[in-house]
Amino acid sequence: MTSTGIGAPVRRREDFRFITGSGQYVDDISRPGQAYAVFVRSPHAHAIIKNIDLSAARSAPGVLGIFTGNDLAADKIGGLICGWMIHSKDGSPMKVGPHPALATEKVRYVGDHVAVVIAESLNQARDAAELVAVDYETLPAAVDVAAAQNPGQPQIHAEAPNNTVYEWHLGDKEAVDAAFAQAAHVTKLELVNNRLIPNAMEPRAAIGEYDRGQDSYTLYTTSQNPHVARLVLSAFVGIAPEHKLRVIAPDVGGGFGSKIFIYAEETVCVWAARKVGRPVKWTADRTEAFLADAHGRDHVTTAELAVDGSGKMLGLRVKTKANLGAYLSTFSSSVPTYLYAPLLSGQYDIPAIYCEVDGVYTNTAPVDAYRGAGRPEATFVVERLVEVAARELGRDPAEFRMQNFIRSFPHQTPVIMTYDIGDYPTCMSKALELADYANFAERKAESERKGLLRGIGFSAYIEACGIAPSKAVGSLGAGVGLWESAEVRVNPVGTVEVLTGSHSHGQGHETTFAQLVSHRLGIPIDQISIIHGDTDKVQMGMGTYGSRSGAVGMSAISKALDKVVAKATKVAARCMEVPEETVDFNDGVFSARGTNKSMAFGEVALQAYVAHKFDSSEIEPGLKEGSFYDPKNFTFPAGVHIAEVEIDPETGVTRIDRWTAVDDFGTIINPMIVEGQVHGGIAQGVGQAMLEGAVYDASGQLLTASYMDYCMPRADDLPSFNVAMTNTPCPSNPLGIKGCGEAGAIAAPPALINAITNALGHENIAMPATPQAIWRAAQSSMRKMAAE
Amino acid sequence: MTEVTMTVNGESVSADIAPRTLLSQFLREHLRLTGTHVGCDTSQCGACVVHVDGRAVKSCTALAVSCAGSDVVTIEGLAKDGQLHPMQEAFREHHALQCGYCTPGMIMAAVDIVNRKGTELDERTIREELEGNICRCTGYHNIVKAVAAGAAAMSSGEIRQAAE
Repeated sequence: MTSTGIGAPVRRREDFRFITGSGQYVDDISRPGQAYAVFVRSPHAHAIIKNIDLSAARSAPGVLGIFTGNDLAADKIGGLICGWMIHSKDGSPMKVGPHPALATEKVRYVGDHVAVVIAESLNQARDAAELVAVDYETLPAAVDVAAAQNPGQPQIHAEAPNNTVYEWHLGDKEAVDAAFAQAAHVTKLELVNNRLIPNAMEPRAAIGEYDRGQDSYTLYTTSQNPHVARLVLSAFVGIAPEHKLRVIAPDVGGGFGSKIFIYAEETVCVWAARKVGRPVKWTADRTEAFLADAHGRDHVTTAELAVDGSGKMLGLRVKTKANLGAYLSTFSSSVPTYLYAPLLSGQYDIPAIYCEVDGVYTNTAPVDAYRGAGRPEATFVVERLVEVAARELGRDPAEFRMQNFIRSFPHQTPVIMTYDIGDYPTCMSKALELADYANFAERKAESERKGLLRGIGFSAYIEACGIAPSKAVGSLGAGVGLWESAEVRVNPVGTVEVLTGSHSHGQGHETTFAQLVSHRLGIPIDQISIIHGDTDKVQMGMGTYGSRSGAVGMSAISKALDKVVAKATKVAARCMEVPEETVDFNDGVFSARGTNKSMAFGEVALQAYVAHKFDSSEIEPGLKEGSFYDPKNFTFPAGVHIAEVEIDPETGVTRIDRWTAVDDFGTIINPMIVEGQVHGGIAQGVGQAMLEGAVYDASGQLLTASYMDYCMPRADDLPSFNVAMTNTPCPSNPLGIKGCGEAGAIAAPPALINAITNALGHENIAMPATPQAIWRAAQSSMRKMAAE
Repeated sequence: MTEVTMTVNGESVSADIAPRTLLSQFLREHLRLTGTHVGCDTSQCGACVVHVDGRAVKSCTALAVSCAGSDVVTIEGLAKDGQLHPMQEAFREHHALQCGYCTPGMIMAAVDIVNRKGTELDERTIREELEGNICRCTGYHNIVKAVAAGAAAMSSGEIRQAAE
């Protein structure tokens, strides 16, 4: 291992600009002559737009243009798309209503886009937006996902009767029914996976620009996947053909899924730049982010686990209603289907699984992928069920899990996935040891002496990352391939530029990707640049989400590096006048076996460009190679998290006393960065379990639209975390990487709820388990105990 | 319009601004000091923290005119003579940032904590004092470590003076 190679905790190269205030986020960029956009948004959850009177606004100072959906339609600008086709169990395609960037006939959620005002200054745009008079005829709203399909509910889209987008299923219903018929015990739970608002700290922003001389557009946008944005804006929305549209995603301040999607605001800004002849900038304020960023989760589920007399799991039956919001966001349809049900086997050998999912429209913000995307919802179902089943059977929850763990690989689950490798018992054993599970009873007794309730909870999660083999996802309805691209450009002096289709918005790719190159080419890390986030530099890419950048993005780089080394080996052989097959490449030096001849990588690079020492009809000059890497399988990171809490029953205040995480991510490039990803994921999972929840009232008003109403995890809500790793290298990619970005957010909610319910002695608590909810639950436990 | 004069990162600056201009807008748009970020506009998240006359202030809810005559230090002014402030160094060394958006405010708040609470900070104190700064990426684990380490490194009076 070199000091900057694979496995080294290299300090991040991107940090200097961030700690000195020199980062360049979209809102930090000012284009010459830029104007400012403010969106007029619907104050109603559901209403007919009867009239929009722009006269007063148009005459306000500084106004350059005001546009509505009719103006977009007149320019033949198409609506926003959902890129994953789901078919219902009867074979019919999902029922999708139109999603115009600016609403035309109806508004369908509070925050829906009605018009855009563009003015010389932000304040002028805001003032003029106040003068836009929209005449609404309000309609009753369908807000609650559990009720939205009922007869008599308001109809949100004419195309989707009963607000049902699809009624999908996966698995073998008859096999599951048979398993339940022979079960010795059935555990059944009603679960709500609470709705979350992603809240990357950088609000979304966009600058659209039109170059009349070149007849081309540039869009600066807060995107996790600028090439996908270009593809959608070009091929579907119809802004401009791809070669006339440049999309730049510079420094991006966190995404967590919410910046994957192609939204109305950037679409309108880039289109309007031509209309007003000026660059057009929009930056969300936080309330706009709450209202109009795609939300996450929001499932209502009934789940049952069948177990035989020995405690062996026999079958799992799950029925979920998934809230998709008022419009289908870019990948929304896939999240509660193919990113959810295929994970319901967890780490367990369950012979039969059947899952039904109804995708439902409601008059709320669109719901799409948020850190974990389907997998936290699946893990919450599995790990709550397993924990409760163990309690009902009087079994130790760790030992009950151990009994049912999958132990041989590859393992074909009944829900599509073939797990390639893993070692679940080792993770569990290590976690039990680090959490000092053996002495938990003693700690619990000590808490009780202080009048406090102590509980411990487990979560043995699995996720499918490295999304995904293109052909496989294509067969499941994906509209795109999910490979990744890379190009390695070796300069004549031996420095290296790597162009990647992945996008870093906190993950540290400029460091980890360079570590791979340093490791493989034996050159110092400061001679390597990682370039991403600009469609004019990187030809094509699929971006960063689903913990795919290591497993897929770095595999593409690895493949391109193979080609670079192969070609450089040929060049070196010619230069040293030895047969190619006698040339070895180690630690940055090409050497000819059996001779004292050698050349450093930089020398070979120079010779590749000078091209004096080889026949260029045989070897092309230059040293630049590209690759498209399509994964062979998903990857399957897995691990065990153990939460231990102490509850004050008099106040409901719950302190997380210790958190143990043992994760198997396969090969780790930079342990410092991986641990940081785990910490952040756990924090978001703790947020879901104890603090965060989007709340709409019955009329569809979002009650949690600021940090005063939506409780974000803060430093004093969290403990320090005890994080450890095991390693079974992934066999399906060249680096053995599985992915680590979402694990914490997937593992944490059930671990914490299992710990809280363990402390309380009953299962009756919903997320977020706020102090008030826990106080109520603790009081009912105490009353029950007193009565007994 | 109102003329406002203040010292920012050691230099005197004057501008004719609308009275409703916020300090964050003044720094970002008039002075192009874009290291100060706006994350919530409601003084909840702390991405916009700067120092005004030696005290941490959330610049998204301070009017620029209210800071007339003040001495303002932003993240861009924390490093002196090309040398990073020990708190900046500590954030890098301890991987206390991921996306970097909250980082300037976090570092400015951390320096303020040390100025108020001293250089020997325990975990509980750091966590309570960081209550006004939200980070969505790190889970705070490494920020807490960095603040403790940065505080210890600031214990030399010389460095502390250089910070302001």
